[in-house]
Amino acid sequence: METILQFFNEQLIMIYLLLFTIILGFEVISKVPTILHTPLMSGANAISGVVIIGAILLIRQADSTDYVSLILGTLAVVLGTVNVVGGFAVTDRMLEMFKKKKK
Amino acid sequence: MLLDSYINLSYLIGAIAFVWGLRLLASPDTARRGNIWAAIGMTIAIIATLIKPISGGSNNYLWIVIGIIAGGSFGWMAAKRIKMTAMPQMVSVFNGLGGACAAVLAMAELIKYYDGAVPLQIGQLGIVLFALLIGSVSFTGSMLAFGKLEGLIKDKNVILPKHNVINIVLLIATLVLAIWLLIQGTTAGLVIASVFLILALIYGFSFVAPIGGADMPVVISLLNSFTGLSAAAAGLIYNNQIMLVGGILVGAAGTILTVLMCQAMNRSLVNVIIGGFGSAGPAKASEDGDQIVKEATVNDAAIQLFYANSVMFVPGYGLAVAQAQKVVKELDDLLEANGVDVKYAIHPVAGRMPGHMNVLLAEADVPYPKLLDLEDANAALKETDTVVIVGANDVVNPAALDEPGSPIYGMPVLEVWKAKNTIVLKRSMSPGYAGIANPLFFHDNNRMLFGDAKDSLQKVVQEVKTM
Repeated sequence: METILQFFNEQLIMIYLLLFTIILGFEVISKVPTILHTPLMSGANAISGVVIIGAILLIRQADSTDYVSLILGTLAVVLGTVNVVGGFAVTDRMLEMFKKKKK
Repeated sequence: MLLDSYINLSYLIGAIAFVWGLRLLASPDTARRGNIWAAIGMTIAIIATLIKPISGGSNNYLWIVIGIIAGGSFGWMAAKRIKMTAMPQMVSVFNGLGGACAAVLAMAELIKYYDGAVPLQIGQLGIVLFALLIGSVSFTGSMLAFGKLEGLIKDKNVILPKHNVINIVLLIATLVLAIWLLIQGTTAGLVIASVFLILALIYGFSFVAPIGGADMPVVISLLNSFTGLSAAAAGLIYNNQIMLVGGILVGAAGTILTVLMCQAMNRSLVNVIIGGFGSAGPAKASEDGDQIVKEATVNDAAIQLFYANSVMFVPGYGLAVAQAQKVVKELDDLLEANGVDVKYAIHPVAGRMPGHMNVLLAEADVPYPKLLDLEDANAALKETDTVVIVGANDVVNPAALDEPGSPIYGMPVLEVWKAKNTIVLKRSMSPGYAGIANPLFFHDNNRMLFGDAKDSLQKVVQEVKTM
């Protein structure tokens, strides 16, 4: 119990951030109309690629001979970049079609 | 120290760009800018991470650059080449890779932990295990969803007898092992942790296995929210705010979409996950033997459409399969030129992805004000002369309203039978994906036009042109 409380105290700012972001996320997203659900899902999916930042940090913090971290990190960077680049590009393609107006 | 402040400021700007981008996504006119904002936010965050001062470590930029170039070019090409109809699969793959990324990071952390290189408190270890679990489930789940949507994997090949029991047992086993790993600390060792990883991967696959058909949009959206949560957990591991904010936003987005879709089907999430739709079995297939279906010729259909005052198209997954969206638009233009009022009724779970039909019709240049959602469509249907149902089935099934025994009973549907006439475009009389018979087909004012939807519509277009 004590360790959990200690953890809570150390992470207090992150826990605040977590809670407020949940509320903010629900507020912002609940306004999206059905017609945009697919692009929203796809765009949100691209944002979840933000995990790539962890991958970059993992590689940068590794020693140049720590091949386990380097290989896992590079694998994670590849996976994350596919998610980010592919996600934003595919969302843009979808939204491009919404732009066209009635002639 | 000064550089550090700039890095933190960049992360803050990146996080705001994410929120602002999602906000702009809420309106069709600003959606594209919203996506670009989010992409800019991501770029800022990545650049900041590349130049952020770190203690220890030897940067290893070459590895990072190789990874970014490899992943970036693959992602870009995949996104540019994919056909619009294959969009749900693509989103599913991208999503799975994001989950895999989080799982790999968590695994790297665990390897260091069991090596004794990095001590973790119980809370931190819990977060690492959470990221590993959710990321893995999202990865294998999304890959199976991709396989199903692409038609590579048939549902019946992956559903085991008593699959729900197996799933529950698997989930409990996985969670118990997680708790055990937490209690044991470093003494547990990497081997047991790897068993946990494998259990999580199997659970992801097994969790999606019994879900199919009309429930796919729900599960894709749910997996999307999982990937977000795994990214947020990774953010806690690295004590990085923008990862936390980005991940949670996605988690919230995925959760809301999932809930909205469940509400649209009037079912609980648990019911969707247990797979009640697909496995409930054919409720009453045999009773239809003595009922008579009225068939329409291409000519009948063309005449009915040409002389109608108002026409409503109801697209479903069949439209995507037949790639019929452009022909529908062609027919729409022809009819509009002759003074027919043409609208589209979009059921919230039509297709295999939330808003799937909207995207397809947008690709064919159908202006979005012509698309009606469930409520508006049902109000308008009473005044509609002819409804053309293109590859939809369960979303227009009257059994959802009047047959308590039906597996889809209680799901709000498009009440197309209230229009004067309906024409159903269908390959054959076989029931829809869910295996539920559709009494609409036997209604007095319904006609069936058998054949491939695109093919039939092209013939109708030719016929209308001669009038």
